[in-house]
Amino acid sequence: MGVQGSSLKRYAITRLALVIPMLFILLTLVFVLMRVAPGNPVSASLGGHVPPAVIKQISHQLGYDKPLYTQYGHYMWDVVRGNFGTTISDRRSVGSIILVNGAATLELTFFAVIVALVVGLVVGLLAGRYRDSPIDAGGRLFGIVVYATPVFFLGLLAQLVFGVWLNWLPTSDQASPITQALLKTHTNIFFVDAIIDGNWGALWDVTKHLILPATTLGLVYGGVFIRLIRINVIRTLKEDYIEAARARGINERSVVYRHAFKNALVPVVTVIGLQLALLLGGAILTETTFNWPGLGHELYIYLQNRDYAAVQGIVVLFGLVVVLASIVIDFVNAFIDPRVRY
Amino acid sequence: MATAAATTRLHRRTIGLRRAFAPIAEARGFARGMLWTGAGLTLFFVALAIFAPLISPYGFDQYQSGGHRFAQLAHPSHSHLFGTTVQSTDVLSRIVWGAQTELEVVALALVFGLLVGVPLGLFSGYFGGAFDRGAVLFMDAMFAFPPLLLAIVIAFLLGSSVNSGVLVAAIAITVTYVPQYFRVVRNHVISVREEPYVEAARALGAKPTTILRRYVFFNVVQNVPVIATLNAADAVLTLTALGFLGYGVQPTQGAEWGYDVSRAVSDAASGIWWTGLFPGLAIVLLVTGLTLLGEGLNETINPVLRKRAFRRVDFAASPSQALASETLEP
Amino acid sequence: MSSAGPVLDVRNLRVWYGSLRGQVRAVDGVSLEIDAGDVLGLVGESGCGKSTLGRGILGLLPEGARADGEVLYRGRNLVTMSQRDLRRLRGPELGLIFQEPMTRLNPLLRIEDQFRETIEQHDSKLTDADVRRRSLDTLGRMGIPPTRFRQYPHEFSGGMRQRIMIALALVLRPSLLVADEPTTSLDVIVEAQILRILADLKENFDTALLLITHNLGIVAEACDRVAVMYAGQIAEEGPARDVFADPKHPYTRELLRSTISLDTTELHSIPGAPPNLISPPSGCRFHPRCPDVMQVCPARDPIETQPDPDRRVLCWLHGPEQEIPAGGTQRLERPELAVAEEA
Repeated sequence: MGVQGSSLKRYAITRLALVIPMLFILLTLVFVLMRVAPGNPVSASLGGHVPPAVIKQISHQLGYDKPLYTQYGHYMWDVVRGNFGTTISDRRSVGSIILVNGAATLELTFFAVIVALVVGLVVGLLAGRYRDSPIDAGGRLFGIVVYATPVFFLGLLAQLVFGVWLNWLPTSDQASPITQALLKTHTNIFFVDAIIDGNWGALWDVTKHLILPATTLGLVYGGVFIRLIRINVIRTLKEDYIEAARARGINERSVVYRHAFKNALVPVVTVIGLQLALLLGGAILTETTFNWPGLGHELYIYLQNRDYAAVQGIVVLFGLVVVLASIVIDFVNAFIDPRVRY
Repeated sequence: MATAAATTRLHRRTIGLRRAFAPIAEARGFARGMLWTGAGLTLFFVALAIFAPLISPYGFDQYQSGGHRFAQLAHPSHSHLFGTTVQSTDVLSRIVWGAQTELEVVALALVFGLLVGVPLGLFSGYFGGAFDRGAVLFMDAMFAFPPLLLAIVIAFLLGSSVNSGVLVAAIAITVTYVPQYFRVVRNHVISVREEPYVEAARALGAKPTTILRRYVFFNVVQNVPVIATLNAADAVLTLTALGFLGYGVQPTQGAEWGYDVSRAVSDAASGIWWTGLFPGLAIVLLVTGLTLLGEGLNETINPVLRKRAFRRVDFAASPSQALASETLEP
Repeated sequence: MSSAGPVLDVRNLRVWYGSLRGQVRAVDGVSLEIDAGDVLGLVGESGCGKSTLGRGILGLLPEGARADGEVLYRGRNLVTMSQRDLRRLRGPELGLIFQEPMTRLNPLLRIEDQFRETIEQHDSKLTDADVRRRSLDTLGRMGIPPTRFRQYPHEFSGGMRQRIMIALALVLRPSLLVADEPTTSLDVIVEAQILRILADLKENFDTALLLITHNLGIVAEACDRVAVMYAGQIAEEGPARDVFADPKHPYTRELLRSTISLDTTELHSIPGAPPNLISPPSGCRFHPRCPDVMQVCPARDPIETQPDPDRRVLCWLHGPEQEIPAGGTQRLERPELAVAEEA
């Protein structure tokens, strides 16, 4: 593992170094976008409720009356230290919002990714393997239609069918009020907390609440994976080494599973990283549909209230998460495919 | 005689274009099915959009007729085929008018996106240098944004200053897709740039604009219809998502399917299904149509995926040339 | 010469592709034999069907292609054999070495794993130690040290990858090996090493080898017999030394003349281009480019003759006399070939 380990390390360092200019641009972009809107951020969100003198005072307190480049400097410095700012409308620290609601979003997206991967892998692999057969046609059509279904529409249908007509599953919130009251907070991720507590009733309740939103979100993104995995399987089966393996008498099953599938999966890991950005967008919609108390939902509310500081903080976080995830994905990629390291 | 020469000239001028799209005629099997189904669905909605004033029974926000207010949340009936909403508007009419809104925005977004992304990509890819590096870094940073988030933020920011909801939505969507057009075009240009025939042209002293125009552009153009249709599909999804959250096209400006679904969420609790189902289905069908069209095009044009059609081999056919003693007469 | 009969006996093999523009007759009636320990070189221009022939013999045809005729491997007809039985033969009995070593190894698998898979596929009862021993043994003969057994393909050069490929093809000791331009993409020094390995095969394992190449030098150096292929048919076949010293077919003669050596003062080429395999020229397929073309050549398909006991040729210049109609041997005048015909 010696030679491998050091090349992996070298790769990680170079990759991390490349990320810094990108983060810089991202943060600047968000800053610029937020300041582009006319007027004072404070008056935008509080104006009308609060006398002008108070607005002036708050603006001064939060530093919005300083020159732009000073504000920019403060902003960048804050972010580097992990301070994402304070909301204007209800004076909460964005950091605490991230911890509490971010955990909820994390829970949702995690299970959604699992659903998406399972659906995508199974259908995609089969479709690619049995190319041009009815299995392939059916799988592809399924993937296309499911992706064409907006997350909120699927959510609506799910609520109608499973919530109202069949009354099997709850259609909103992360857990019932009782569970929420009884569950002790460790990580803010209800699922994990319930396990830590050994509270199986709470776990069941949380799971029930998770099923509809996670499946809805996961199904839609599964559709994307189906298309991608299928194409990769087809491409891989055309590779020269596949023909060479067949020439050695390797049976079709081994050729497909050991050579083709494994090689076809390599780009998939990258795409999961890329799709993460899309997934977060979908999370916003899912949370709004199911009243899931995640970051997307908070973002929506703060947007309604025109709370620029909150919006800025949350958007920066989303951006950071995606960038970090892409680094992790690249790293995993380098681990799987030895050629990438060079 | 003149027309024959003219036809030949036309023939020769368009041969590049025709050759580029010849694979479509050869499409077989699933790809062909996708292509034509997708085209059919898309054209259906385009027709709805264009002929909306003729097809739609009522206006998009019409809640009364002849002084008589429509029933609220009425079940589908023969006077209101898809039922009515809580505001007494006819669901079917909103679907038809909504088609117009969707396609307007998507068309605008596509045009904007192409106008900005393609030249940027061409320039950046062909000339490289500092501009290229900067542009790539910038676009990569844009890619890091969840696209929907970016669209929401932009729609949010523009909403107060720009009046037309259609324009706001179109710009928001454009911004999210420019990085994609840029990247695809740029990558393609780079790979074409390294091709031997381009190098040869350069060696012969061809100007960059000539090279771009003659070789690079045509090569890249082949990819554009596929990206454009698939982007159109995504654009509709983004637009309806914006509408669902209340951004982009405002209810006073036009019917928007996503907005209708958002209104229908509260109806669902009471078991009212027609206010949400029909707009939602409209979205699914339009996006499916566009995607099928895009995928169908991709399958037929993209040589890697194209499945070559074969004819069955028949060993008995066309025996070798027979004896022909006639030709030997001296 | 083994007394058990040839290892490979191909009889009137045809391999046609069904493309939309018409049936491509890549291999159109080929017969040949290879005995154990013999090396048969198969030469011809690009597009004459040699690769298709090599693969057609082993049953490794791409989609849309069909084979007809007999390919008798130790008496069993591979053309009519089921895919499953064919697969069982591949590896332990039949081997194929490809042209491009760079892309023929799965980049994600270590060399060790690729060997293990090949061996275990055909003999699952071997222990790990046995598998390892056999693999290292074969690799060792190719000059690959055991310390590199666990490396990945991209860590090896092109020449080494080709040697690994050969080792993979040989580890199960096949009796028939088809090498499709094994050294074309490699430099001359590596080429010499590979040829030495192939010669070694013949010495130590009695392997029958079909060596496909467009390089006449290799044939002269490494092959016992040579078959010259043109437009899907065998133009001439015989012991390599004899064929090169005294070529019977005009095409062979022209090929030899176009070979560049240290004595070359002027470049010689055969006018025209390889023929269209969908609708090949009438009669003898070489007649449009043949410097010795006669009246009969475009009119009737040539009949194979044996000018010497151990040689075959497909050319009207060598008869059979009774089949040529009167006036057929007169020279055919022909306008200069203006433009190369698209193959």
